Amino acid sequence: MSTPVTTVEALPVSAPVATRVRGRALWQRRLRALGASRPAAIGLSIILAWVVLAVLAPLIAPYRPNANDLAALAHTTPSKAHWLGTDHLGRDLLSRILWGARPVLVIAPLAVLGAAALGSLLGLAAGYYGRWIGIVITRACDIVLSFPVIILYMIILAHFGSSAWNIIGVLTLTKAPIIARIVRGMTLDLREREYVTAAKMRGESSLYIMLVEILPNARGPLVVDMCLRTGYNVIIIGALGFLGIGLPPPDPDWGGMVKDTYGMMMVWPHMALVPCAAISSLVVGFNLLAVGLRELGLRD
Amino acid sequence: MTDASVLDVEGLRVTYATRAGEVLVLPGLDFQLRAGEALGLVGESGCGKSTVALSIMRYLGRNGRIAGGRILFEGRDLVALDDAALRAIRGRRIAMVYQDPMASLNPVMTVGRQLMEVPMIHEGADAAAARARALAMLGEVKLADAEAVMERYPHQLSGGQQQRIVIAMALIAGPALLIMDEPTTGLDVTVEAAVLDLVRELRQRHRSAILFISHNLGSVVRVCDRVGVMYRGELVEDGSVRQIFGNPRHPYTRGLLDCLPTLGRDKRDSPLVPIAGQVEPAHVRRAGCGFAGRCAHVEAGRCTVRPIPASVVDGEPGHRVACLRAEELEHWTRRRGAAAAAHDAAPAAEPVITVHHLTKVYEPRRRRRRFGAPRPSVRALADVDLAASRRHTLAIVGESGCGKSTLAKVLSGIEVATQGGVTLDGVEVGALPIDARTAVLKRKLQMVFQSPDSTLNPSHTVGYAIGRALRLLQGRAPDDLAGAIAKLLEVVRLPPGIAARKPRHLSGGEKQRVAIARALAGDPDVIVADEPVSALDVSVQAAVVNLLTEIQAARGATLIFISHDLAVVRYLADHVAVMYLGTVAEAGPVERIFAPPYHPYTEALLSAVPVPDPEHDVARILLDGPVPSANEMPRGCPFATRCPRRVGAICDDTPPPVQRPAAGHRIACHIPTDELQRLQAPLVEPAPAGR
Repeated sequence: MSTPVTTVEALPVSAPVATRVRGRALWQRRLRALGASRPAAIGLSIILAWVVLAVLAPLIAPYRPNANDLAALAHTTPSKAHWLGTDHLGRDLLSRILWGARPVLVIAPLAVLGAAALGSLLGLAAGYYGRWIGIVITRACDIVLSFPVIILYMIILAHFGSSAWNIIGVLTLTKAPIIARIVRGMTLDLREREYVTAAKMRGESSLYIMLVEILPNARGPLVVDMCLRTGYNVIIIGALGFLGIGLPPPDPDWGGMVKDTYGMMMVWPHMALVPCAAISSLVVGFNLLAVGLRELGLRD
Repeated sequence: MTDASVLDVEGLRVTYATRAGEVLVLPGLDFQLRAGEALGLVGESGCGKSTVALSIMRYLGRNGRIAGGRILFEGRDLVALDDAALRAIRGRRIAMVYQDPMASLNPVMTVGRQLMEVPMIHEGADAAAARARALAMLGEVKLADAEAVMERYPHQLSGGQQQRIVIAMALIAGPALLIMDEPTTGLDVTVEAAVLDLVRELRQRHRSAILFISHNLGSVVRVCDRVGVMYRGELVEDGSVRQIFGNPRHPYTRGLLDCLPTLGRDKRDSPLVPIAGQVEPAHVRRAGCGFAGRCAHVEAGRCTVRPIPASVVDGEPGHRVACLRAEELEHWTRRRGAAAAAHDAAPAAEPVITVHHLTKVYEPRRRRRRFGAPRPSVRALADVDLAASRRHTLAIVGESGCGKSTLAKVLSGIEVATQGGVTLDGVEVGALPIDARTAVLKRKLQMVFQSPDSTLNPSHTVGYAIGRALRLLQGRAPDDLAGAIAKLLEVVRLPPGIAARKPRHLSGGEKQRVAIARALAGDPDVIVADEPVSALDVSVQAAVVNLLTEIQAARGATLIFISHDLAVVRYLADHVAVMYLGTVAEAGPVERIFAPPYHPYTEALLSAVPVPDPEHDVARILLDGPVPSANEMPRGCPFATRCPRRVGAICDDTPPPVQRPAAGHRIACHIPTDELQRLQAPLVEPAPAGR
């Protein structure tokens, strides 16, 4: 080393990362960061509460969800035996709500993951290649988005029959274009970064550049959007149930519960209001978490 | 003295609330500014220069707080004023000019309206009077055709014109204090020179006090009477321009001057001396001198005990320095380090990379608009010929839009040549996009980019970035990387532990070193560096420039260094090409470029460089008019429209002949070179003898 004066020999300053432990420590740090944002903390608590209730439903639900308590039909309103009351067939509302949380909490996130996977690939390809590939993908997305979605759901589900997998499929297909649009926008910006050029200059494949160089840097807004979209999916699943094309009866489904009982609103409002409240609380939970994640994203 | 002062800052303490708690950024600042005086604040980024400006404007934002002290402006304490009182002062008695003029101007209003607003709102002037004042002010900032300019929107003006508008807007109310925060940083050197001269001239006429914040010592010399050197929120030294630059007493001031490339410095006889270490983050506060951690003269038990008071330098009234050892240090002379081993590259060394008749034309995406005229194509490079020899540094200089970055893109295969070509080690690559280049070719030519923030992927660790380059360029197996990564990091003088970090934990200089290490992974023959140090602080810049020079000498690589900074180019180049509007105006060995005969454009560029030396006084050659847009290239000499030495119609009609006044030196100009030689005075002190 001919001129040793030249440089910074050590890095005394930017040192606080010494505790770079993978796995649990990182996890905990993330979680603590989430706790620092009030909306995120509240949202996450609501969602986690529902997840715990749904998982434990077989253990904590006081009745089987489809069991009719004919004796209770005389007093369907909340009572000691039925905390939230029963529906018009004498089924315990609390048990049905708890069991009803299970399909929602599986279908909504799975559909979002599907949409994110499909949408990210489409968006990356559209943004990275541009030209005709980009045009074809964007136009295709626009076409899907221009349909009134509820009618689209009705057509598809009426044709293929209503099942959990079909609902996931439909939600994936209709949400993917939205994600694709977001990812495309970010890709258009990120592909101009110098590190992408550097990757090209060392001979990386296009697929590698899209998935490893670009996608990870799009994840912030993407995660926020996925969280929001999970909430929207909860609403849509409710709406499908309400329209009678949700999960097949008799298993409890929040939307279906509203459909069965909203005619009796004037007499027994609790039968429809309880599942409505369940849907709302879960949606609010996801929205708050999205708000919190966005805040955290802005802060960094 | 105090009675005449416009601004009197006393013990100003400012803190920022961060996640790590309250951070003290200005621990207690004192300075005064008298009417008509211009004070320059200099220092590395993060030294609190802008915080001073924002505190005076009371624009600290939600997380900033003035924790103590007073800011007396015309006898009133700005710290104690409420919003209404502040509004009456801002814009009217205190005006501010920011770095980015486009961000200061409202894009949906004509500049005329924006100018007229100032007197209309602050003084209740009627529209006609305001218009007259605006027109007069536009004349003062030397904008030709003021009437027409009034009707323009900001985006219809060039960067230099926009900054003139902003200055006009600031001065139209006749403020007692004008704060300028890096007003010329984003501008080209010739435009910068013109704006600085304008500020200097307006100063004399308007009697406004100026607080001029800049990282560029040269521009401070040009505008200010006094200079304050800031380090970590403290004023470590202040005094007149002559005192500070002639007899700097504080080690930090000396460090800043020692690491600054100037037009007379050359890597062979006067290496740059970077300041050791880096600015410590603001939340680390130690007892004693803030600079102690980086100071070569620090004395344990003396400098690091209690705060250092500022004392007046003997025999120099007005020159204060906050250093206990200031009187003990010997008189400063520009440091000339031991001569580095001059790598004597034979001038006839065979070129590694040649560019021959290279033309690059950008065709518009769609040739024809639905309505209106067809879109023109843009000629970014026109018939460029260059060659770089093994072990040499070829610098390419020019202002923005001259085609230097396009040239880098064609060399690296990000763009392909429209005509002509590039030969890399005997292989024609001009028409080969990067995807079509073989692994060997990719290995031979690598790039270092401009922006430290975008050069590394924020999602990947340093080790991953370098490892990936090693795998692809050297074909190493994934389990055989750790040692090679550490070795490359050592080459760029970074500790191996940095491999596990992500870019956000690194400073700008560190990121740029990692980028250099990544480019070196394939042991390239040619490194194309596109403005690699432009975004760095001078002290960091010096270290990176030294590193590049060293690596190049050690590895025998050819460096193609693209820059707008003539001082850096003078320092590290062996050969220089000066580009203008996609053509090479002048090219040759570095000593020839920086001595007459100059191409008239080179001459203008050199005269415009702000030199941090108050004794240096060359007549500046100011260029008139805008650079012609690249789609309406002049038929004759590209520089004819702005050339101060234009001889006549021949310049407009006939492309200039290439003259060769010496071996390897060529100038594209109609004026014979011996005539140029006769007309031109040397603009650069010749490098010291003893070569």
